[in-house]
Amino acid sequence: MASPPAVAEQRRYQSQEKSQFAIEFEDVSIAFESKPVLEDVSFLLRHGETKAIFGVAGSGKSTLLKLALGLIKPDSGRIRVLGEDVTAMREDDLFELRRRVGIVFQESALFDSLTVRENVAFRLLEEGHVSEEEIEERVREALSFVELEQTVDLYPSELSGGMRRRVAIARTIITHPEVLLYDSPTGGLDPVTSNTIIELVVKQRDVYHTSSLLVTHRLQDAFTMGTHYFDRAENKMKPLPPDSRKTVPMCFLILRDGCIIFDGGLQELRETKDEYIREYIS
Amino acid sequence: MEFISPTDFAKEKVLAVQEYATLAGRSLGNLFKRPLYIADILQQADLIGFGSVSIIILTGFFIGGALAQNSGYTLQRFGSVSLIGQLVSLGMVRELGPLITGLMVAGRNASGMASELGSMIVTEQIDAMRALGTDPLKKLVTPRVLATTVMMFFLTIISDFSGIAGGGVASQIFFGVDTRQYWSTAWQILVFQDVFMGLAKPLLFGFIIATIGCFYGMTARGGTQGVGRATTQAVVASSILVIMVDFFITRFLMTITGH
Repeated sequence: MASPPAVAEQRRYQSQEKSQFAIEFEDVSIAFESKPVLEDVSFLLRHGETKAIFGVAGSGKSTLLKLALGLIKPDSGRIRVLGEDVTAMREDDLFELRRRVGIVFQESALFDSLTVRENVAFRLLEEGHVSEEEIEERVREALSFVELEQTVDLYPSELSGGMRRRVAIARTIITHPEVLLYDSPTGGLDPVTSNTIIELVVKQRDVYHTSSLLVTHRLQDAFTMGTHYFDRAENKMKPLPPDSRKTVPMCFLILRDGCIIFDGGLQELRETKDEYIREYIS
Repeated sequence: MEFISPTDFAKEKVLAVQEYATLAGRSLGNLFKRPLYIADILQQADLIGFGSVSIIILTGFFIGGALAQNSGYTLQRFGSVSLIGQLVSLGMVRELGPLITGLMVAGRNASGMASELGSMIVTEQIDAMRALGTDPLKKLVTPRVLATTVMMFFLTIISDFSGIAGGGVASQIFFGVDTRQYWSTAWQILVFQDVFMGLAKPLLFGFIIATIGCFYGMTARGGTQGVGRATTQAVVASSILVIMVDFFITRFLMTITGH
């Protein structure tokens, strides 16, 4: 996939000028049917950084992503995405912001009555001013990024679980969003396919410097992302040399009972004394 | 089984009415906002309109035939069997045509809308659409509402015609009424007020059917079981509402047309 177009790059710089952070959560709380799911959650995501979010099932990880996208509103607190306060925005204004933010859903959420081409091109078709030729070119480009060019005329039901996730990633990145949200992109997949997905996430982080939140149950995925980088020359993910000072923009956040119990880098996570976290990551 | 308190039950119902009113209002408001999704409107018109033609012709024809038999039996006792055409024509155009079409379209399309949108809700496709910057109400609900309302108008005309034709066949077979006389009396009895009433009702019915079908679909919860429940509720609620609204709109139209 070629570099993001100049317009996307320009938008990225404007966002960085507007706010130092891609995403800001400030004392966010939400409850469903009187049951608290998130309580006073605060964290920051810097531009170009990827934050892996862990937590047991029901700890509010997916809710956190939906809040960031304004799909649901918090009961209290503030959420700013690319400098815009999503908690105070009307749905019509949120549609504009969502064009700059992408999400990969847990079960892919591809439109089952549309082909892979129509799914991937959905945003461009909705914008209405993109020519047929450009749409075709960008669909091919996005699908080649996830190495699924041959599936362009198939329907989602004809794809495997891993292929559906990759098509979902292609659909998300076709407009070069400034922020990406991944909801368990490797959940339920075999280790080989999971590795392919993680490589795509790392590629997006290191080649396009996209800010991301990644919800996952698989610790090994997040650790792989913290210890690997994407080599553009060889077009593959490689481990960071042990003696190198090179680091990757990766940090970790752990949720427990709706509260954040850890927010930091890989080294801090490895050195933590917290019994629960040590047991969780062991 | 968990019992719900009367207060919570009442709150739930009031909230549902509020949500329905919002959906119905926004589906209309979206008609004046861009984009209008012409292709989706035409696709829905094809599915809802042309897809329903065969059942509308069949039900209209047999209802008209049955109406002719019943009214012919009564008229025969007064020696006025030649008035069958007038009775069938008035009955079909003012009442049965719109009502039967409404019930048929409710059964066929409200269920389809609820199950299609409900499946999209439970598989997160609606969330995905919102996340991709598209308003699902504008893209999915408004085209269905507009297409159903417009196509109900034309389907009712087809139903009226089929019903009168069915009545004509039954009159000729069972009562020996001359076909030309039947059609002539059936046509002559109709005045503007009858046609106005018969064609105003389907517009309202179409709006009710589509908004109810979409409402139950968009609020479906609880996986495939929830989608099944939403589908049943959509058919039941839209059918009942069509019949209830028919009662009130008939009174209202009779008052304003004085006929």
